[in-house]
Amino acid sequence: MVENRPWLTVFSHVVLLAGVAAVAFPLYVTFVASTLSLQEVMQVPMSLVPGDHLVENYSQVLGAGTHSGSKAAVSQMLINSTVMALAIPLGKIVISIIASFAIVYFRFPLRMFFFWMIFVTLMLPVEVRIIPTLQVITDLKLNNTYAGLTIPLIASATATFLFRQFFMTVPDELAEAARVDGASPMRFFWDVLMPLSKTTMAALFVIQFIYGWNQYLWPLLVATDESMYTAVIGIKRMIVGSDAANEWNLIMATAILAMLPPAIVVVLMQKWFVKGLVETEK
Amino acid sequence: MEKRVVFRSAWLPYALVAPQIVITILFFFWPAAQAVWYSFQLQDAFGFKTQFVGFANFATLFRDGGYLDSFKITAIFSVLVAFFGIAISLLLAAMADRVVRGAMAYKTLLIWPYAVAPAVAGVLWAFLFAPSIGIVTHVLRGWGVDWNWILKGDQAMVLIVVASVWKQISYNFLFFLAGLQSIPRSLIEAAAIDGASPTRRFWTIVFPLLSPTTFFLLVVNMVYAFFDTFGVIDATTQGGPAQDTNILVYKVYHDGVKAVDLGGSSAQSVILMIIVIALTAVQFRYIERKVQY
Repeated sequence: MVENRPWLTVFSHVVLLAGVAAVAFPLYVTFVASTLSLQEVMQVPMSLVPGDHLVENYSQVLGAGTHSGSKAAVSQMLINSTVMALAIPLGKIVISIIASFAIVYFRFPLRMFFFWMIFVTLMLPVEVRIIPTLQVITDLKLNNTYAGLTIPLIASATATFLFRQFFMTVPDELAEAARVDGASPMRFFWDVLMPLSKTTMAALFVIQFIYGWNQYLWPLLVATDESMYTAVIGIKRMIVGSDAANEWNLIMATAILAMLPPAIVVVLMQKWFVKGLVETEK
Repeated sequence: MEKRVVFRSAWLPYALVAPQIVITILFFFWPAAQAVWYSFQLQDAFGFKTQFVGFANFATLFRDGGYLDSFKITAIFSVLVAFFGIAISLLLAAMADRVVRGAMAYKTLLIWPYAVAPAVAGVLWAFLFAPSIGIVTHVLRGWGVDWNWILKGDQAMVLIVVASVWKQISYNFLFFLAGLQSIPRSLIEAAAIDGASPTRRFWTIVFPLLSPTTFFLLVVNMVYAFFDTFGVIDATTQGGPAQDTNILVYKVYHDGVKAVDLGGSSAQSVILMIIVIALTAVQFRYIERKVQY
């Protein structure tokens, strides 16, 4: 920069530190609450120094949930969340990459029709078709199954667009060379397109992992059985009534457990995360 | 844009699009069509008989004061979420773009809330603001504010706005930072040499150049406030107190799943569908424009 304004730099740091603190404050309080006993949490004002009930609270929720609210074990919920967070991105990537391969590399009747069909799903979020979609799941007897939790969420216009966009940038010479060498379309797909698509897949995976882990409305409707709760649903089920009746120390321990996996993915895979976020919105 | 080189096969492309198309029809088109169909039906209390009633469900909705209130609440809520979400993250991004030291660390510390589920964000803030034991409540009491969002509608609205904005800042921040970094340094330096103050440079150069990003984020934040905040509301206010935070999406869920009013809920779904289509159209119009400029 051509000018030197030390006070403005100090001001920038102050604003940023305030922003970081405001963003981190709820997380810190949540963590502290998860290490306190029930009496300590109920004290007004609550202590802002971590207590010594960390192991006790976390093993309680992992093994047997709360005492007064939901008694479902959080360990099972974490398994269910993991299944959703892995099955949804993998499913989306698989069905979207093959669909965009067909749409980009083949000419066939109804090609554009199919493309628009996939596009229109953007305009039909779960929220606008709650009851009829649930009816389909019930008719297929998929309530409280992993298939019911994941399959309706794997159709994806954004992933299909992203792969289509990427395939358009792949030089035509590659496909030409493959054809001259007598490679079948699927051979070209496996040996040329798949390796080239790795970064796109990684970026999509990170975004969709978070999407899958954080699903709320859909599991709320489909997973009515305790053994199928996801971590996010589990927290909601632990809240039983007015604020003082809840075992906040246990709820907050569960909240930490529910936040940790996606937060770790975002922080550790920041590069893919930013790429995925910016590109899927284009 | 089309590929010059294509493969030929009579069946393969159909097999490749089939999984996506089957899921799309089964879980998107069929249910959406059903929602439209139900919205013209009236079901009796026991669900045995249905009757075609035309637009009667829609007429009932628009005569219902609760539904019109829900529209108003959704409008207020989404404007507040979009405004504060955008303003705060623009400030943070402008500051992060300035500093050299620690820029990476600030970025990491600001983006993690993206990973938090809306419902969990709601629970976190509900705990901080809990009427009897909340730590923020305690501070507010000290300042003489009588805080109880379980009873007071406007305070419940504050709670869901704070929780929703907190979760969305990281997303807006990343897009603003990317936008700021794509502004040519030479423009800003030229203005600095001409003696324009940092504030003036921001409002006359940076902000206008950021307007495509801002507009994009405005639409995205509206969609977020309309649909993705369902979790925030269900985990905290559940539309209360006295329907004061009952946004459209929550009302569809409540009337359809809890109150089992199939026709009324489906008519609401159809109206929401029209809103999404409008928002998506705006978003795509904007993307077409962006390509040109």
